Amino acid sequence: MHAVSPRRLVALVLLLAFLATAGGGTAHAVSSPEGEGTTTPAPAAEPCATIRDNDDDKLQVIGRVCDRRERPQVAVPDVRIVVEDTEGEPVGESTTEPDGTFVVDLEGESIDNLGMTFTVKVDEETLPEDTKPEITERDVTFNLDRDQSVTFPIGDAGPGSAGFWTQALQLSIGGLVFSVLLAMGALGLSMIFGTTGLTNFSHGELITFGALVAFAVDRIPGQISVGGADVTVIFAVVVAFAVSAGFGWLNDMTLWRPLRRRGTGVIAMMIVSIGLSIFLRNIYQYFAGANAQNYSQYSAVTPWEIGPVLLTPKELIVILFGMATLLVATSLLAYTRIGKATRAVADNTALSASTGINVERVINIVWISGAALAGLAGALLGLTQGFDYQIGFKLLLLVFASVVLGGLGTIWGAITGAFIIGLLTELSTLFVSAEFKFVGALLVLIIVLLFRPQGLLGKAQRVG
Amino acid sequence: MDWHSLLTSSLEQALGPTAVIYCLAAIGLNVHFGYTGLLNFGQAGFMMVCGYTMVAMATIFDWSLWLGLALGLVFTVVFAFILGVPTLRLRADYLAIVTIAAAEIVRQTAGAAKFSEYFGGQDGMTGFIGPFRAVNPYSSEVGIPGLFMFGPYTIWVMTVGWSLVAASCLVVWMLMRSPWGRVLKSIREDEDAVRSLGKNVYSYKMQALVLGGIFGALAGVMTGLRSASIGPSFFATDVTFFAYTVLLIGGAARVLGPVAGALIFWFLITALGTFFEQATGGTDPLIPAWIMDANQASLMRFIFLGLGLMLLMIFRPQGIFGDRRELALDAR
Repeated sequence: MHAVSPRRLVALVLLLAFLATAGGGTAHAVSSPEGEGTTTPAPAAEPCATIRDNDDDKLQVIGRVCDRRERPQVAVPDVRIVVEDTEGEPVGESTTEPDGTFVVDLEGESIDNLGMTFTVKVDEETLPEDTKPEITERDVTFNLDRDQSVTFPIGDAGPGSAGFWTQALQLSIGGLVFSVLLAMGALGLSMIFGTTGLTNFSHGELITFGALVAFAVDRIPGQISVGGADVTVIFAVVVAFAVSAGFGWLNDMTLWRPLRRRGTGVIAMMIVSIGLSIFLRNIYQYFAGANAQNYSQYSAVTPWEIGPVLLTPKELIVILFGMATLLVATSLLAYTRIGKATRAVADNTALSASTGINVERVINIVWISGAALAGLAGALLGLTQGFDYQIGFKLLLLVFASVVLGGLGTIWGAITGAFIIGLLTELSTLFVSAEFKFVGALLVLIIVLLFRPQGLLGKAQRVG
Repeated sequence: MDWHSLLTSSLEQALGPTAVIYCLAAIGLNVHFGYTGLLNFGQAGFMMVCGYTMVAMATIFDWSLWLGLALGLVFTVVFAFILGVPTLRLRADYLAIVTIAAAEIVRQTAGAAKFSEYFGGQDGMTGFIGPFRAVNPYSSEVGIPGLFMFGPYTIWVMTVGWSLVAASCLVVWMLMRSPWGRVLKSIREDEDAVRSLGKNVYSYKMQALVLGGIFGALAGVMTGLRSASIGPSFFATDVTFFAYTVLLIGGAARVLGPVAGALIFWFLITALGTFFEQATGGTDPLIPAWIMDANQASLMRFIFLGLGLMLLMIFRPQGIFGDRRELALDAR
């Protein structure tokens, strides 16, 4: 094993980028529209240089410090960078050049340092006065040929809470997008539960199905244009909606209706749905692979700056389109004949059958529309954040949480619950690190059940 | 196709430590679901609480594994109470959703990078197995030549594991023929009737949840001992679903149902896995690569598993040894 020849440069590329997570209401936070901002923090405003390769055989930490609040990013000079080993002993230090780059030499042959961990620290004293770093150090482990990009989010130093509120606003946008998609999934799940009593564990797979269909349509060579604009992905989302509706019909016709005919109990059906979930999830992976995928369009778009927050066009479209879909769905439930019949079946199946409502037909329509909504949610989710074969399964627990939080089987409860859960998952990252955001939402579910077991909008019903 | 290696590897899995783990988990689910009618979908959470406590106490505070096990069982009981208090008065599916959510909370918290200093993050923990290895009485391979062979450590884990299974089955058998067990079974059949006899249904359900959780906890401990390490990936949601499949194959509400289920489940899963692996491997595979490659072949057993679980539940919900009348339970 001579993976490292002594002449070879083994360099760890470390990008220290100043990311202003909060644009801030303060004057210097957002560059003025004219571009020649007079209040920019770095007067030199030299564009941030890319890191150059360097040909000696020493092991080095190389990187750059850029202020990402500016566009293009500008270099931050004269920042002191210290590299320490695991015992906290400094092993090297450097200062950023006018172009923002820095190089820290490490002692010894490169092979000695492989696999070791070093802490790279930014000296806060030397940062520009109006920045307030949230993290000033990162641990990096040397692995061969492995470039690593590290971000140091730095907010404005301004009057404390302004940053917090803009951050909250920014997160609410993401939360709204997520809530709308969650609500579409939750509405279908709740309607199916209300009319058939089935807690459908394969509902997540209906969501994934939509994302996969949209992806498959997107993959067909050629593009679809309307008036010169490329609308392939939009077309794919529409197709996903339609095909998912058909998938829901197929689900009901081939599996659930025969089971209802046989008089299978709801717990047995729940376990059948678990089997279906495992079956479909592996079928998806069989055909789509295990990697995360993105659609051909809109995977990276430049956001608009509206005041202090950033909003991408696709986020706005998903929010508006999703809201409209939910509005249409709930209006249909509230005002049309079939919608009223659906609510009647959910309320009391036997009674609605005796008043002449065709219960089987209602349930079939619920399956079709529930699956269509779920598929649409999946396709839009794939549009906003990409997808893989188990995106729906990962989401399933949050959909359950929304439905139970609002009250199992209620329509407005499912939507209310979805908005609470969706906003909560995103906003909780203000207080805890992002890896706990699902944990927080699920904890809320358990706590609400402790005090209000029937859910927020559910009817109290004593069992036991 | 090498039928002999297919047979031996399947037999080794069916008797090996993994089957023990699922057998213990399914015994716990049998108490929950089979006898009491409780839908616990968070058995992986119970396993993780005890397994992680034992290992973490050993690696962080240098406790002995026995002491860690004792604390782990205490935490398991606490966990059962936290889940049971809000949900056992509600309809059956509330318990299902809360338990599956709680298991995921435990898994994501213990696997978080934030606590990697203590729990090792996604990599989990290792280096606790020394004391257990030191008391291993076996020094050579054990097995029937030509059928199955186990290394000295594996056979030691199996000895401990199958002894635990035997003890658990004995406990379940004795409890379920006692008056206490008859109350549990009647709760499954008709809660209101039991309540009319003056029994505190809530309290009985809670006791059943704790008892089944403890069997799950033993499965978690065995997971740590089997792999000589413990990590969040061992306790994914699917673990609970597989344990349900094990239980339903053997037959719910039967003392030896989980044992038969675990043997059959792991034999079939391994046989299917090996079959498709061999059918797609080599230079001239049985199944051409444009239909199925090696990655896809590894999924086939789960596709069959899902299909099997559906068909089993539809056509033979009582499993192999169960009694159909005993599974007439319905959600309330």
